Amino acid sequence: MSAHESRYSWGGDEHLVVQISEAMSLEANFKAMAMASALDQDRASGITDICPSNASLLVRFDPDLIAPTEVERLVREAEASVGLSTKQELETRIFELPVWYDDPYTNETGARFRDRHQTPDKNDLEFAAMENDLPDAEAFIRAHEGSPWFTSMVGFVAGLPFLFQMVPQERQLEVPKYLRPRTDTPKLTIGHGGCFTAIYSVRGAGGYQMFGITPVPIFDPEQKLLDFKDFMIFFKPGDIVKFRRVDEAEYTRILAEVEAGVYVYKQAPVTFVLEEFLADPDAYNARLLEVLYGN
Amino acid sequence: MAIEIMETGLATSIQDQGRVGYYNVGIPPSGALDLVSAAAANVLVGNDPSAAVIESAYMGPKLRFTEPSIVAVTGAQIPVLVNDQEMPLWESFAVQAGDVLSFGILQGGARMYISISGGIDVPAVLGSRSLYALGAFGGFQGRALQSGDVLPVGVGNGRPGVVIPMSLRPEFSREVDVRMVLGLYDYRLTKKGLSALLDQPWQLTTVADRIGFRYDGGALDWVERIQPFGAGSDPSNITDAGYPVGSIQVPGGVEPIILHRDAVSGGGYAMVGTVISADMDLVAQCAPGAQTRFRPVTLDEALEARAAARNRRTSILRILD
Repeated sequence: MSAHESRYSWGGDEHLVVQISEAMSLEANFKAMAMASALDQDRASGITDICPSNASLLVRFDPDLIAPTEVERLVREAEASVGLSTKQELETRIFELPVWYDDPYTNETGARFRDRHQTPDKNDLEFAAMENDLPDAEAFIRAHEGSPWFTSMVGFVAGLPFLFQMVPQERQLEVPKYLRPRTDTPKLTIGHGGCFTAIYSVRGAGGYQMFGITPVPIFDPEQKLLDFKDFMIFFKPGDIVKFRRVDEAEYTRILAEVEAGVYVYKQAPVTFVLEEFLADPDAYNARLLEVLYGN
Repeated sequence: MAIEIMETGLATSIQDQGRVGYYNVGIPPSGALDLVSAAAANVLVGNDPSAAVIESAYMGPKLRFTEPSIVAVTGAQIPVLVNDQEMPLWESFAVQAGDVLSFGILQGGARMYISISGGIDVPAVLGSRSLYALGAFGGFQGRALQSGDVLPVGVGNGRPGVVIPMSLRPEFSREVDVRMVLGLYDYRLTKKGLSALLDQPWQLTTVADRIGFRYDGGALDWVERIQPFGAGSDPSNITDAGYPVGSIQVPGGVEPIILHRDAVSGGGYAMVGTVISADMDLVAQCAPGAQTRFRPVTLDEALEARAAARNRRTSILRILD
């Protein structure tokens, strides 16, 4: 498959899948999101779900209401329109997510599943540091929280974001998954597998390395907090997130705010322009953080 | 009016015809695994086909009615008893206050559906009463049923003696052909790997639940390659992508898994095809040990099968006309 030619394939009689690229890149992800947004703008009846993912697009439809050939025509049209646009930009938002790195909850869970891990004598952070030629866990944490992350996909389970680090590929943190998946992961664990960080929205099985935990909900079926007033899921594809390291005291304080129902996400709207980011990621990220922190 | 759960049976939950439109944030359709049997159960008791029913797998629950009502049981072949007297399947019947409904030993199929006139009246979440257990919402209090639960029931207008004719009921076999459309990442399999998938029967393992159905039978070979950036290191890994409902993935090249209606919405395993919509109910009624052949069909054949399934469904919905 060439870099520019997408692969179209039927997923049974209810899905069309477009593989934009086999490799992950921000460009491929952006194309998936732009296609999704073009399809959604004037959504044909019978198209039930438009799901952009890291480097592909899944469209679910009801063939009793729309012919599959018509779905394919619309998706190809969306792809063509995206290819023609000169400026790849996205109206989105940037927000902060506090993380207690190297916390006892994920460390304890990791310790229970050492027989499934590459390095039974190290914890996940120490292993991740080693894999990325960093001197220690501390250096890895600094690299992880040092740059913003781009939400390239939401899914797996309800509201779980896949996050792609907004740095040039040679600087991206990459860590293999566990050798065999765990049967348990604490809710709100910050995990990492391959080049993606994920936040476990619910407790459950998982194979990503565990680096820390956030006190802030990202999935709230009871919709208690203000940020969940309209919908039970916080993350949307295209969201930009900045992790901020907190210690146990601050974790506990934020958790109390969440439990009291008064926690509000620190966030700001932002227009993300792909070309400007790619031209100078570090300078662009610094501007994004100015938007978030209002300096 | 209410139903008291005395014993839960297995994997017993509230399901309707599912939740549409939230797959892009990881919320799967849920709903009855055998949609037509659930719709039929509703029609028998005078409900809208999309009303909420009780679904169980292999072992039925034991439950008590607090007031007179009309109920029906469809799906798997299994003796259904009211106060130890056997009642017909696929036919509505009256129950009195204090009557206890229970089940015998499964004889065919895998999942049964209990409907009650008025429907199970739990709150709808995102447009559906179906439990989505991983997300802990929908159904009864966001979880599978437990003994002691008291389920609220709506107001109904059913009558006893309504029957789904034999010709419209599913038939169960321990040997099934599951039709699927090849595609997605099937190019990642070698020719030998593809033949291994298609040319031999696979045996359904005990991992056969609302999330997925896992099959045993051999190993599949993948085309060797340097894995693309972002995909995992195993040859069965891909850059995490959306999973079609019904898609077949083969983690590590062994034990293909058909994702069903509560499955994860995406992930990093190559999918090699997708079960056609018309055969998802058939998969739902397979019990561990079922000998299963994956039979590739074209999209047009899948659409023809869908039309045939729709005709059967329409006939069921019209039995009261």
